[in-house]
Parts: sequence; C-alpha cells; structure tokens
Amino acid sequence: MTQVFGFVLSLVLTFAALFVALKTSLSFNAIIWIIGTLAVIQAALQLFMFMHLKDGEDSKAQTINILYGIFIAVVTVAGSIWVMSFGM
Amino acid sequence: MSANLNTALPLEYQTEQNRMNILGFWIFLGAEIILFATLFATYSVLSTRFAGGPTQNDLFEIKGVMTETILLLTSSFTCGLAIYEMHRGNKKGLLTWMIITLLLGAGFVGLEINEFITYVHEGATMQTSAFLSSFFVLLGTHGLHVSMGIGWAVMVMIQIVKRGLTPVTARKAFIIGLYWHFLDVVWIFIFTFVYLKGMVS
Amino acid sequence: MGIKWDKFFITGDPLILGSQIAILLTMIGIVALVTYLKKWKWLWREWFTTVDHKRIGIMYILMGVLMFFRGGVDGLLMKAQTATADGKLLDAQHYNEVFTTHGVIMILFMAMPLLIGIMNVIIPLQIGARDVAFPQLNALSFWLTFSGAMLFNISFVIGGSPDAGWTAYFPLAGKEFTPGIGNNFYAVAIQIAGIGTLMTGINFIVTVLKMRVKGMTLMKMPMFTWTSFITSIIIVASFPILTVALALMTFDRIFGTHFFTLGGGGLDMMWVNLFWLWGHPEVYIVVLPAFGMFSEVISTFSRKMLFGYKSMVFSIVGIAFLSMLVWVHHFFTMGAGPAVNSIFSITTMMIAIPTGVKIFNWLFTMRKGRIQFTTAMLWALAFVPCFIIGGTTGVMLAMGAADYQYHNSLFLVAHFHYVLIPGVVFAVFAGLYYWWPKMFGHMLNEKLGKLHFWFFVIGFNMTFLPMFFLGLDGAVRRSYTYSAETGFGPLMLVSAIGAGILAIGFGFLCYNIYWSARYADRNISSDPWDARTLEWATASPAPFYNFAKLPEVKSLDAFWYMKKNNDGLELRENEIKEIHMPSNSGLPIIMAIVFGIAGFFLIFEWKIAALVAALGIIAGLIVRSFDYNDGFHVPVDEIKATEKAWRKVDKEVKDHVS
Repeated sequence: MTQVFGFVLSLVLTFAALFVALKTSLSFNAIIWIIGTLAVIQAALQLFMFMHLKDGEDSKAQTINILYGIFIAVVTVAGSIWVMSFGM
Repeated sequence: MSANLNTALPLEYQTEQNRMNILGFWIFLGAEIILFATLFATYSVLSTRFAGGPTQNDLFEIKGVMTETILLLTSSFTCGLAIYEMHRGNKKGLLTWMIITLLLGAGFVGLEINEFITYVHEGATMQTSAFLSSFFVLLGTHGLHVSMGIGWAVMVMIQIVKRGLTPVTARKAFIIGLYWHFLDVVWIFIFTFVYLKGMVS
Repeated sequence: MGIKWDKFFITGDPLILGSQIAILLTMIGIVALVTYLKKWKWLWREWFTTVDHKRIGIMYILMGVLMFFRGGVDGLLMKAQTATADGKLLDAQHYNEVFTTHGVIMILFMAMPLLIGIMNVIIPLQIGARDVAFPQLNALSFWLTFSGAMLFNISFVIGGSPDAGWTAYFPLAGKEFTPGIGNNFYAVAIQIAGIGTLMTGINFIVTVLKMRVKGMTLMKMPMFTWTSFITSIIIVASFPILTVALALMTFDRIFGTHFFTLGGGGLDMMWVNLFWLWGHPEVYIVVLPAFGMFSEVISTFSRKMLFGYKSMVFSIVGIAFLSMLVWVHHFFTMGAGPAVNSIFSITTMMIAIPTGVKIFNWLFTMRKGRIQFTTAMLWALAFVPCFIIGGTTGVMLAMGAADYQYHNSLFLVAHFHYVLIPGVVFAVFAGLYYWWPKMFGHMLNEKLGKLHFWFFVIGFNMTFLPMFFLGLDGAVRRSYTYSAETGFGPLMLVSAIGAGILAIGFGFLCYNIYWSARYADRNISSDPWDARTLEWATASPAPFYNFAKLPEVKSLDAFWYMKKNNDGLELRENEIKEIHMPSNSGLPIIMAIVFGIAGFFLIFEWKIAALVAALGIIAGLIVRSFDYNDGFHVPVDEIKATEKAWRKVDKEVKDHVS
C-alpha cells in the first residue's frame, strides 16, 4: 500500500537528514545541500503518494501549476538572498 | 451541473463542480507555496541578524522539534488513510482516521505553543531581533494554518456525520486532505531550513 | 490605543474640511434618494447580493470610474501645485499625501477594478460559459476590493492619509519616521483588496480551464481571454508576495517587530525587494488584459483576423515568465554589485522582445484591413505610438548604469505614465466604447466619444511629454516645490495645462455615459459592430443565463465563422432546455463589511476589537461551509420569452451617432 510505503520512506528521510545535520562533520555547505535534497525528495513523495497530484482529468494543469509555483518560490527565495547580499 | 454524475470516478471527482473545486484548490495551493516561499525568503535574509539577542543555537532543542515533526508526519499519514477509507466507502473508517489526524495535529500545535512560550521566557520575543521576528512569523503562519485546518476539518466531519458520504462531502474531505498534506510539506522545509540548518551553524 | 480621540477626525485644513462636508452631504443625499425612490430592496436583491458575473463586472467598472475621479483630483492638485515656481496651494505634508494616494488609487483601485470588471463581464461570454467557476467567491472578491478601497479612501478625513509614497519605502514608512496611523491604512486596506484580487485570479484560471464551450481549444480562445488567463496566473503568482510583505509591514508598525526597521537588525531594503517582487508583475497584470482588448478592437475594426495569433500567445506567455525576473530594475540605485544589476538589466531588456512582437502583430492586423475609425479603434490607434514612447524610454531606464541618472527624476514619472496611460487607460476606454452595448443595450455616443478621445490624448501628451525634458534637466519627482531659478517653470506650466485638458476629456466621458443612458437608441442589434467573438452571439445586454443554447466553436473568431457559414445562429424551440444557475447570496457583502470593520480596528491599533471582528470572518466562513444551496433552474418558458424578445429586433443600428 502506497500510504504505508510513503510514510516509512518519509520517516527514513527525516532521520537521515537529522543524522547528516547533527552527527556528521561535513562542511556547512555540504550538509545544507544534502538535507535540502532530502527535503525536496520528501516533498515530492508527499505530492505524488499522499496528494495524488497526477489524479483527475486536470492532472496536467495541476502539475504545471505546482511546478510554476515551485519556480516562483525558487526565484523568490534565491533571488531575495542574492539581491539582499548586494551581489557581493 | 450537479445532475451530471459520472459514477465511474471516485466520489470527489463525480460532478463538474467538484472537479472545478479541486482544481481551484490546487491553484490556491500554488499561491500558498509562493506565500510560504516569501516567508522563507524573509527568514533566510534575516536569519543572521541577531541584534545582540539569542541565536538559533541558543534556542533550538532537537528533542521537541523531532517530536513535533513526527507528530505532523504521522498525522499526514493517517490523513492519507482517512481518504483511502473514504474511497472504499467506509464512512466510519474515514471519521476515525480523521479524528486521529486532528488529535495529532492538535498535539503538534500544543507543542509549538509550548515551544514559543519557552522562548519568550528565555527573553526571545518577536520584538527582540530581525531573526526572531522572521522566525516567529514564519512558524506562526504555519501554526495558524494547522489550527485553521483543525477547525475546518471539524466542520467537514460534522457535515459528513449529518449527510453521509455524498459527492459534495467527499469533495470537502478530499480537499481538507490535500490541505493537510500540504502543511506537512511546508513543515519539512521548516524542519530542514530553519531547525536543522540553525543547529548546524 | 494608538490614537487619541481628538485626532480621529482630521481638522484644520480648509481643503479637507470641504471634502468632509462634501462627503457627508453626498452620503446623506444618496441615502435620502434611495429611500425616497424606495430602491433599497431592489438594490439589495438585484445588486448587493448578486452573483451574476455581468453585474459584478459592472459594479467593478462603476467603482473604477469613481476611483479614477478621486485619483484624478489628486493628480490635478499636484499639477496645480507645481504649475508655477514656489506654488502655495499645498504644503509639503499635504503634497506627500496626495501623491501617495494618487499612486495607490490609480493602480489598485482604478486600473485593477476597471480591468477586472471588463474581464468579469466579457470572459464568460467569450468562452460560452453561463458564469464563472465560483460565482459566490467572485462576489466576495468584488466586495473585498470595494471594502479595501473605501477603507483607503476614508483615510484622508479620518485618521490621516498615508504619506510615504505608493511604494511606502522603509525606513520612512516605519513607525519611527511616520508615527501617525496614515500608513496603517496603506498596509491594511491594500491587504483586504489584495485578498479579493487573489481570489479573482484563482477563479478566472479555473473558469478558463474548465468552462470553455465545446470545441474551444486553448488555441481557439479569443485573445482577450488569453491575456486575462495569463494575467490571472500572474495574479496568483505575485499577490501572495504582496500579502506577506503587507503583513510584515503591519507587524512592524503595529506589533513592534523588526523586519524592515533600522534598529533590531531589520533590513529596510528587504521591503523594497518584496514590494517589487510583487510590484513588477503587477505592471503586467494591468497591461496584459489591456493588450487583449486592443487585439479584439483592432481585429474587429480592421475587419481581419488577428495577425500572428500563435506568436501573440507565445509572447504573452513569455512576458508572464519574464515579468517575475526583472524586479530589481526598480532599485538599481540600491548599490548592488555589477552582477546583480547586469543580470536584471538584461532580463528587463528582454521583455522588449515579446512586446515588440505584439506591436508588429497589431500593425500587420491593420495592414490592408478596411479600418473603421470608431472611437474604440481611435483609442487603439493612439495607443501604438504613445506606448512605443513609453516602451523605448523603458529600455533606456533598463540600463543599470544609466538608471543612476534617470532615477527619481520626472523622466521616470513620464516613462511609466506613458506606459500605463496608453497601455491601461486607453485600453479601458476602448473596451468601454466597444463593449458598452453588450453591458447596457445601448451604445455610447460616438461624437462625444471623439471629443473625449481628442481632449484626453492631446491633454495626456501635453502633460507628460514635458516631464521627460524636465527630468533630464534634473527635476526630481515627489518634490512639492521648486524655485524660479531652476527654469522648470514654463514646461511645468505646459504640463499643468495639459492635465486640465486631459480632465476635460474625462469630463466628456462622464457626460457621454449620462447622455447615452438617457437618450441613446435602445433599438440596436445584438451585434452592432459586426464583431468576431462569441460574446456577440447573444442578446445585448446578455440575459442572465448568457446563452439559451451553448454555441459550438469550430474555428478561431467563432462568431464570425458562424455568421459566414450561417451555422448555429438560429434557435429552435425544442433546443431550449432548463438552465441551472447559482442563487444570490448576501454572505459576500456581509463578509466584506466584517473585513472592513476588522481592518478599521486594526488600523487604529485597537487590537482586541480587531480580534473580535476577525471572529466574525471565521463565523462567515463556517456559515459558508454549511451552505448547501445548489442554485435554481430557469424554466423553459421564461427562456423562450426572453429569447423571443431580442431575436425579433430588426438587425439595424439606428442613429446611435447623434
């Protein structure tokens, strides 16, 4: 059953991130990239396994909508951080 | 509109109005992604501006954060089970899992409020520094969403008890399910980019 | 409590005292008139509680015209003050307030409602739908916008106007430097209206995606529907950013947080960053529907299909994409490094490409067309050269290094007025002349329309063209005065006279609306312009159910195809079936009033009262959740009677030109 599988995977990902962040001595940047990737995977898991993004006759519109939302989100976050660093 | 039932589909997708509501809610979630992204952007820009106040390392405790995370993660799972039961036409199963979901959610909100009170007692308020302003507003917005979700789900459950599983009530349950999972997604990013990142540096 | 009672009403300024008296008298007058005519019940039943997209659209338009008047008076005050050196009409504070409210009202409460109003009336008709996807939400959107606008407008008689510019930059807009409550009005009133706009965006995306009539694929949609659809997407993408930015401003001002303050580690430029992350897409939100209107008008009155339909669609999508990537060009002078400014210079210049494509498409549509010089078409014709002036000066401003020279000068002011007035206001005028018969069943007078056109266009150019030169000579914006030695006097006077001529032009529009409502010929056909799209396939004004029988689309310019092939125009009796329509609801207006009250308390920093009022909002949501009203069915006989009435009218337009 996808729900159980998704739940177990989520727990694994959460604890993996916890382990990487607090129990390893990698560089700060490496840790952020790893836990960031784990978070994205887990979010995708929720979207497809729990929220059934691909269900319904409008799955295409839903998917484009979420991808566009993510695009704007990345622009907002990364853009703000970059611009507010004054590009230095 | 409501007359054209397509019974081959799951209950929540059977009428055209239902399909429009679900699509509309997905688009609303797109807007929510951007709303939270703006709060994350603000937090990221301001997260090292302590103004002499406490830092992430001074405040965050991993134990409480992990408990909150597990509670919300589990509630997202039980919410998925509730919708699964709904698709099997099991009204009782839907309501039972829904109640468990909401209890877990309430536990999460309770812990979060407790966490906030602890911080305030340690002298870390919203007015202390830019870091804390952005922290409290980001977390507070998420917490408010969860609390609203609990209230909303209770309304939907009352309607399901009163009216049974119809295309309309099923659609409402399905949409609150989407909302609940979405809040868990937001929490994953708060957990990663606020708590874990704060404790690494 | 944030305010003392003796400061509740603004006192001491004769201009404001006059307005207070005028507002009071107008309100008493309106209430007395409606009571005398016994129209309260009618107003409530037919308008306040309506969920009909056409009526909601008309209310938006009415609000937009009213706000045009208010914002216009602000503009005229500014022009009167700066007409001569060392003007004495307004003091510095009053001038600050006037340019702030002018900006906010013109963008958010004039341009947006007028465009969304026309979208409301036309989009469902163009795609052959009976209403929008969520009619009750649509009503709520309108009433929230209205509530926000009213809240913003009372600021100048109660509590004090915001005075930190329409961009409300920190630290000036913060509590430290603007301690009064004026800027709370800015933060809260725009928030309420913004929530309404966001819901409109969601509503129209779903409407266009799900409610198109049979046969209308995405690439067979009329251009106005396309641009409105893309506008809705930009609304959903950018308004959440505004929501957050305004909320953070509210927190800073009312709850003492440190997002944008100077103390406590706040970062004032973060406000600027967030504001323009929303503010730049907002420009495209207002300009894209306008592009769509010009496309419809130009194609109809050139009697040709729109040239380059596909390239038009792609350029709109391209503009939507790029619009989110250019925001930093509004604050090049913040002093970011060369990488930041260069990247944003390039993305900004790239926007000129799809926009250029559109300009050429319009020109090629007119090429070899049989152009009819109706008032609507005149606006479209005037738009092209005026907008190009605005666009090319925009490319000049896009260069980061050069921007240090132009920034904060009247050159910039001239630039964006040359973009927004032709790009939005001309379009709205074109749209109003073009679709007026569809809304009201009579046309606007063409002779008055042409007077309106010439006065407005000449006045507009006279007002803003001198500003380019003034700006290059060093005249700064937002300055309430200048000395005679600067030599700005003569051009400033020309500009002020131009503003007067522009105002006369607007006066002709108002008179035209009045004249046409009273005297214009009602016996016009449903398709007075011999137009091309589906909104003309039903009666004018459209019956509340829009179409008795939903048309079927076989080609682009669907109605034109139907007319040429005589396909699906007539209605057989047995084709008429019951129509399902949504019921009216009083909830939206009540919710908006509660929102307004909660906002008012928050503005005055009466936090407990605001919280109590906010509970009212939640109560409204609960009521809505338990509302299972499923609408009603229109009986066949009623549809038959309505359809007979308009289909009999002979198809000729009689002396609509007076």
